[in-house]
Amino acid sequence: MSTTLPPQFEVVDRPLDTQMTISMGPQHPSTHGVLRLELVLDGEMVIKATPDIGYLHTGMEKLFEYKKYQQGIVITDRMDYLNPLGNNLAYVMAAEKLLGLEIPERAQTIRVLTCELQRIASHLVWLGTHALDIGAMTVFFYCFREREKILNLIEAASGGRLTPSYFRIGGLMMDLPAGFERRVQQFLNDFPKAHEEFNTLLTGNKIFQRRTQGVGRISAEDAINWGLSGPCLRGSGVALDLRRATPYSGYENYDFEVCTETDGDVWARFLVRMREMKESHKISAQALARLKPGPVKADAPKVVLPDREAMKKHMDALIHHFLIVAEGFDVPAGEVYHAIEASKGELGVYMKSNGGPKPDRVHFRGPSFVNLSALPLMSEGEMVADIVAIIGSLDIVLGEIDR
Amino acid sequence: MQSDPEQTGLSAESGTSKPAPSLLVAALQRERPDWFSNVVEALGEVTAIIPREELISVCSFLNSSAEFKFDFLSDLCGADKGPEEEPRFEVNYHLFSTTKHHRIRLKVLLKEEDAKVSTVTGIWRTANWHERETYDLFGVIFDGHPDLRRILLPEDWQGHALRKDFPLRGYEPYSLK
Repeated sequence: MSTTLPPQFEVVDRPLDTQMTISMGPQHPSTHGVLRLELVLDGEMVIKATPDIGYLHTGMEKLFEYKKYQQGIVITDRMDYLNPLGNNLAYVMAAEKLLGLEIPERAQTIRVLTCELQRIASHLVWLGTHALDIGAMTVFFYCFREREKILNLIEAASGGRLTPSYFRIGGLMMDLPAGFERRVQQFLNDFPKAHEEFNTLLTGNKIFQRRTQGVGRISAEDAINWGLSGPCLRGSGVALDLRRATPYSGYENYDFEVCTETDGDVWARFLVRMREMKESHKISAQALARLKPGPVKADAPKVVLPDREAMKKHMDALIHHFLIVAEGFDVPAGEVYHAIEASKGELGVYMKSNGGPKPDRVHFRGPSFVNLSALPLMSEGEMVADIVAIIGSLDIVLGEIDR
Repeated sequence: MQSDPEQTGLSAESGTSKPAPSLLVAALQRERPDWFSNVVEALGEVTAIIPREELISVCSFLNSSAEFKFDFLSDLCGADKGPEEEPRFEVNYHLFSTTKHHRIRLKVLLKEEDAKVSTVTGIWRTANWHERETYDLFGVIFDGHPDLRRILLPEDWQGHALRKDFPLRGYEPYSLK
């Protein structure tokens, strides 16, 4: 009796191909989420890498058009979930530009302080997972130990750890809690020692150096032409940092260095981020010293929610509160593109208003989206094992890529 | 804008009734008055509405010109004004200069039945994914694009999700075939 096998089990007699196409992801642990790569291999060498994205697409840009301006803030938290305060900042600043709001100095300083702490936290996740991908497991635990302290600070200020939604159009949700400055100071005192530990574990590590040096090279011209930004661009020797080039939130008053390396490989991007953590530490310390008592909300009663106490005493405060919550506030017609330097690069928001309480169009230019698009260029001619090193060095977050 | 008078070698034009255009706009209009006739300055940003046929020439000029050096395509995104409006679609190009640190927005208006524009991937390679995204979500065709496929939504998705007449919850539940 002959058995017929289903076609997928049929043995095909053909000579061994030299080229092979394999699918990496979307469940591969080194793809940092749900990224799929279609790799064409010749032996262990990568001929072509084609990223396939969209597994995490949730239609956020469509959702913005159906939500009031202040409701959009919570959506932004869920894009780059390692740097939610940066997303909040880009979004609220675009709306503030349309409204023409002036933000009080204390609110701006707190924004800078919390965003720089968030940048350190984001870089810590990058460092831990990047090292883990390459095989250095210990660093991961040290990084997450430090990150936990920052998340505790953000939780103290906003009530949320991963989704703080701390910034509001016109200022902050509320002022910092009592004792916050002391806790930040404690963290800032401890961090240099932790940073030194990371250096001991990785920077001097010969295996780590051999895995990263000369891998995934991209030249400065290519990096600009492919739209790379943030540490990926600065790793190729282009000293572009939007905090310095087009300052916002008072960054022109802070003293910090724009870190660059010239090699443009995985190692260069590693060094840039390592040094950036120290710069963020420096900016945080300066912001902490600049904190002076004052209001944290703009003087715009039709846009900014009134204080609880004012609502109990003043009729107009109660009316404004009701109108903002029930109907939202009208934003004048116009369009803006506002870009900030997020932990991964240029985070731009294109916001268009036709008047009324809901935006006509909100578009996010995610730095991860653009940086990932250059992956085929960086990975051609590299080994399969180096692909995970290159993806790690790009520091992508799929929540932001797919939106 | 960030441009410095010494760098551009220009002084601001003195306006009559309207406010004087910024140095960047004045320089652009002096260089190519035919391309930059329709320029809007609002909220500290410059928007130039460019005829679709001229887009490639304008982009190559801005990219290579030593005076403006718009070498970085920050962002490219579509927008839909709604099915009643004509021209219905717009494509926005946000350019940035990595050396002069100024920005400009180029805007191309497209009619619904002829939503086609030339690709700028030949000038900035980064436009590749941005144009695929705009095609995916708005249905704008980019002529000459090397790989114009859907990027975020599945290949067999029906319709273009960010169009105003596409319902928020879609037409029917999507299931993988």
